[in-house]
Amino acid sequence: MHRALAIVERELRRFRRSPMLIAMSMLLPIVQLIILGYAFGGNVKHLKIGIVDQDRGLPAIKIRELSGAVAAGSRTFDTVEYADQGQALSDLRNGRINGVLTIPPEFSRRVLERNQPRVALIEDNTDNFASATLVGSVGSLIAALNQPSAGPRVAGQIALDVVEVYPYVPYVQYLLPGSIVMSIFMMVMIGGGIIYIDDKARGLHEGYLVTPITKFELIAGFNVSGTIKAVLAGTTIMVIGSLIAGVPNPFDPMRLLRLEVVIVVTAFALISLMFLIMVRVTDPLLPRAIFGVLNTVLYFPSGAVYPQQGFPPWMQAIAVVDPFTYAVHAFKNLLLKNTGFAAIGGDLLYLLAFSVIAMTAATMLFKRTL
Amino acid sequence: MNAIDVRNIVKKFGDFTAVNGITFAVEAGEIFGLLGPNGAGKSTLIRMLTTLLPPTSGTALVNGFNVVTDADGVRKSIGVIPQAMTSDLELSVEENLLIYAKLYGVPREKRTRLIHDLLQSVELLQWADKPVKNLSGGMRRRVEIARGLVHEPRVFFLDEPTTGLDPVSRVAVWEMLQHIKGERDLTILITTHYMDEADKLCDRVAIVDHGLLKALDSPMALKASVPGRNVLEVSFASAPEGWAATLERLPDVESVIVHDRIFRISSRNGPATTMALMAAAARSGVPVHSLSVQSTTLDDVFVHYAGRALRDALQEPSPLEHSLVMRR
Ligand SMILES: Nc1ncnc2c1ncn2[C@@H]1O[C@H](COP(=O)(O)OP(=O)(O)OP(=O)(O)O)[C@@H](O)[C@H]1O
Ligand SMILES: [Mg+2]
Repeated sequence: MHRALAIVERELRRFRRSPMLIAMSMLLPIVQLIILGYAFGGNVKHLKIGIVDQDRGLPAIKIRELSGAVAAGSRTFDTVEYADQGQALSDLRNGRINGVLTIPPEFSRRVLERNQPRVALIEDNTDNFASATLVGSVGSLIAALNQPSAGPRVAGQIALDVVEVYPYVPYVQYLLPGSIVMSIFMMVMIGGGIIYIDDKARGLHEGYLVTPITKFELIAGFNVSGTIKAVLAGTTIMVIGSLIAGVPNPFDPMRLLRLEVVIVVTAFALISLMFLIMVRVTDPLLPRAIFGVLNTVLYFPSGAVYPQQGFPPWMQAIAVVDPFTYAVHAFKNLLLKNTGFAAIGGDLLYLLAFSVIAMTAATMLFKRTL
Repeated sequence: MNAIDVRNIVKKFGDFTAVNGITFAVEAGEIFGLLGPNGAGKSTLIRMLTTLLPPTSGTALVNGFNVVTDADGVRKSIGVIPQAMTSDLELSVEENLLIYAKLYGVPREKRTRLIHDLLQSVELLQWADKPVKNLSGGMRRRVEIARGLVHEPRVFFLDEPTTGLDPVSRVAVWEMLQHIKGERDLTILITTHYMDEADKLCDRVAIVDHGLLKALDSPMALKASVPGRNVLEVSFASAPEGWAATLERLPDVESVIVHDRIFRISSRNGPATTMALMAAAARSGVPVHSLSVQSTTLDDVFVHYAGRALRDALQEPSPLEHSLVMRR
């Protein structure tokens, strides 16, 4: 095995002298974490809603007052009063406002008569997030109006009490597990795949193959060194990312230990995948060409950015086999919920099984000659 | 026992035959040269002898070990410098050697001294801790030569060690190899497409073309085997009709080839032919414009055995692009 160690030593000595390589493989995950984290995380504010009051009765004034309260309070939307429905709709189409709340004539009379009073929300639904926020906000405003103004709730009505088990999770924290997995993958790709094929093309492997090294020592040397590099990358992003995202109590030693176990297992699973893909490749362009595709296909279906329950069936099928899925799941448990090994045992098991299968296949495909 | 024994070795890549049945033996202590143009099959032959490629048929023994059935025995007893430069540019000279010493399992006690001695032999001792990327092409080759010897092999294979080097560096590499060979008990097999390299460095030379062995002997014997010991190249201010025929009748002349108004005359006796030629020219009133007399070179040997000049063969495109090695 000392020959495998010679390969590891060579790889790590080279790695230490390539600061550019190290920086590049850390850059994308960190930039993504910060930019995506703050691009998607925030509450939507200051949507513009036009109010057309064609009734002007007391209940209508109540609606306008409540809208004004939202505008002054949570600032989800600002109100613009219109006298004329036609003008409001034309502004909606021109994108000056996001929605029009119309209080029709006869509204107050119907309220008093208890004869199905209605208001209409006409909205610009081209932006899903903005329109969902608007509907939610106006909906809760109307619901508040429906509550009897004073006294306890009507006894027969069902109320939902939501219990939050964990502290509020900002979106950057939600993204962090995916960023750690991505940093491991980037290092596996650059420090493992690309360097491996470049060395092969430059004839460096010819130098190894004329020595008495065995096939298994060679494979062990390549993969152990790749795993070490990827573990270093993953650990660095885990620490920096926890600080950026504000994970509570990031340096709890027991959690760090569990995180490190997941990082090592993930790094080995991804190196095995990479070795299987690259074992018969000779063209140095190939790893560069498939880099982006592979990253997209593994990262997005993993549940790193959006819950998998929202995926169409074919993407859920990718997610089931995607090693990222299990790594992200394990990191989410440890970072967001601070669970123990019991919650992530299945993830570790899958990643280990995945590694064994990929590494066995790659070993069978590996040739000890040119 | 011969250091290398090759019998009727063949290598096919699909339908293409890169090495087409070659047989030769290299004695221990020789510097043996494989001379041939691009695509001749030199690297393929070396790769079979160094266990990198399995032969399609035929056998090869290196240090008595069969390259197929006892590949590990071969690997332990040989040093190899591949055609492409394969040192690690980021690592220092010493680190490059150290990694290989470990790959070969050289014991720790011996490593330091061996590396020191080798760096001294290739005159790179003061560069030991510099990264290889700071070294010139010739120095990098010397690093590789030292690297190939860290485990004290008995046979040393070098694939075109001086291609791409300037003339001074090439001579330095030759001297180094001769010096190293003098110091230790070493057999060297080297490939080249430089005539002068084969001539000055090698004890014996095998001329390889299109996967076939065309001739094998010492450079001296090879040159002697070519008809004509001297070549005269003459040009005349103006040459009359039938002048070539006149020249052919001069004493000791074996053949006359006219190319681009230059007469290339093969002669068994250079000085005698030259005297006769000057006299004949004066008699016929044909002024001699330029004249040179050369001894036969390996160039002439290559023309004789391969049917074309080596410098022309080097212009020909390879039958197939190399798919394995990307040249830097
Ligand atoms: N792996 C391979 N697959 C197919 N053809 C190959 C392969 N390796 C070499 N060849 C072909 O075999 C022939 C001999 O190649 P080889 O590399 O042995 O030549 P060479 O004498 O070393 O030439 P050079 O001076 O250019 O190094 C060439 O035509 C080459 O294209
Ligand atoms: Mg070659």
